[in-house]
Amino acid sequence: MLPKLFFFYFAAMITGLSVLVVTRKNPVHSVLWMLLLFFNIAGLYLFLNAEMIAIIQVIVYAGAILVLFLFVVLLLDLKKEIAGEQYTDIWSIAVSLVAGLFLLVIITFQAFEIADSEPVMLSDLGQPDAIGRMLYTEYLFPFEITSVILLVAIIGAIVLAKRKLKE
Amino acid sequence: MIPVTWYMMLSAAIFCIGIFGFIARRNVIIMFISIELMLNAVNINLVAMSHYLQDMRGQILVFFIIAVAAAEAAIGLAIIISLFRNRATVHVDEIKEMEG
Amino acid sequence: MLNLIIILVKIAVVISIALLHVAYASYFERKVIGHMQVRMGPMEVGWHGLLQPIADGIKLLFKEDIIPANADRHVFMIAPMICFFGAMSSIVVVPFFGSFKIGAYTVGGSLADLNIGLLFILAMSSLGAYGVILSGWASNSKYAFLGSLRSSAQVISYEVAMGLSLIGVIMLSGSLNLSDIVEAQASAWPLGWYAVPQFPGFAIFCIAALAETNRTPFDLPEAESELVAGYFAEYSGFRFALFFMAEYMGMFIMAAVAVACFLGGWNPVPGLGWIFPPGVWWFLVKVYVLFFIYFWVRSTLPRYRYDQLMALGWKFMIPISLANIILTGLWKVVF
Repeated sequence: MLPKLFFFYFAAMITGLSVLVVTRKNPVHSVLWMLLLFFNIAGLYLFLNAEMIAIIQVIVYAGAILVLFLFVVLLLDLKKEIAGEQYTDIWSIAVSLVAGLFLLVIITFQAFEIADSEPVMLSDLGQPDAIGRMLYTEYLFPFEITSVILLVAIIGAIVLAKRKLKE
Repeated sequence: MIPVTWYMMLSAAIFCIGIFGFIARRNVIIMFISIELMLNAVNINLVAMSHYLQDMRGQILVFFIIAVAAAEAAIGLAIIISLFRNRATVHVDEIKEMEG
Repeated sequence: MLNLIIILVKIAVVISIALLHVAYASYFERKVIGHMQVRMGPMEVGWHGLLQPIADGIKLLFKEDIIPANADRHVFMIAPMICFFGAMSSIVVVPFFGSFKIGAYTVGGSLADLNIGLLFILAMSSLGAYGVILSGWASNSKYAFLGSLRSSAQVISYEVAMGLSLIGVIMLSGSLNLSDIVEAQASAWPLGWYAVPQFPGFAIFCIAALAETNRTPFDLPEAESELVAGYFAEYSGFRFALFFMAEYMGMFIMAAVAVACFLGGWNPVPGLGWIFPPGVWWFLVKVYVLFFIYFWVRSTLPRYRYDQLMALGWKFMIPISLANIILTGLWKVVF
């Protein structure tokens, strides 16, 4: 019973907060709801024995990516933004499309069942040392590629955002 | 025990909300946030699967997705800044220089 | 049920002690700086001004709470709470003493002995940036906004250096659990505390901690002479008190992490173990020595210029901490 209660709490919070995030007129409020949403998702990860991923979610998503969003939002002209229309002309099409997609997915899930093999319960699932060991052995190559991607992102961001020096 | 399909439905719901935000909002930043929302939906699914199959590979994938999301956010926001600097707007329907 | 009650009692004790500590840390600061400037510091309320922090607290509580007319009310009200929450929640994983047994019940040295304690502290300290940015933006005032932009850039850049400087410690102890890190320093006696083998990491952590908590010489976000009071210029009464407490809690957390990761935590200073057995007193003594150094630095050094601050962070501290990680790795491979 208690796990179900937890799940329903997190599910309700996460769904409600995501709706708030995409419908707020003021982008700063959107970002704030997103912050709360990330904490709830991290809570759900803890519930699923993924300690390391939960803390990475908070450090990287909430602590770094979202701060970046907040920075950029503050640079914009918010007064004009709040005064203007917030949805595109095709929002009604979007609603029906999304509702259709969701129904389709729900119907498909009825036939889904997880493979029957008896899973071995891992004692160190989601622990930092286990994840680290796997990253540095089985996933070494993708791990190194990730570092290249991040380097490219750093250089790209600087090149794009840098103001051209006046001659 | 919670059935794994519940997690998948939660993830699908958030993914759909993300798609709605991406299509329906005019503000580029909200569109970016919607993309992050969709990535998070995928992550929830992967972590749930990793728990139900007792397999660490799901969490490793989440790790990579978060790294790529960080890279994507940095580049995307840099594009938004240079866009705002040149056109003074962040509304997608006002950006139509490439119209044929 | 009994466990739940014990946990609640522990939380209440730790939080009330932490809040009292915040009050008396400000008294300590005013006394230290006063004596360094050949003044007496607070003397009026109580014996040698000992009740001054309580008088200050009561004054702040009963002051009028002003919200500027053009402010974004909700964000304005939430921002100090985010700051305070970010600082207070880190205290959950601080190891005050080693765990011991009373009968069948084990008394843990921290409220929650997380396996990812160090990462938890880093995660929560990054929350402070939100409080700072949002308070500056929501006040709708130029000074506050400039202060918040400065502060967030500073906090984000020094967070990188701080995280990197701790990696050496993590590599040496092989754990992210703060109690385990303290235990590892007790057993690795020949080199003793990690402040010795990890000296570059320790130095960078201390500098980054000053910048993270917006203390002099990195107090640009709240530089009185330039920005009135920086990001909390528009705040008054209890909301101001929340920022104030968050700053002192942040200092306490930083000092506690430095003590646990570099200075041997609750274990006695080598050679002085005969005075007191290991325990919370050693932890507090070390924390207060670090506090004294905070105040010492404040009364000695002038403020940095902004470009110097950024250059120091990105061009000096981050490369050095990266080199420190590589050297630690080589050390681990060779020995």
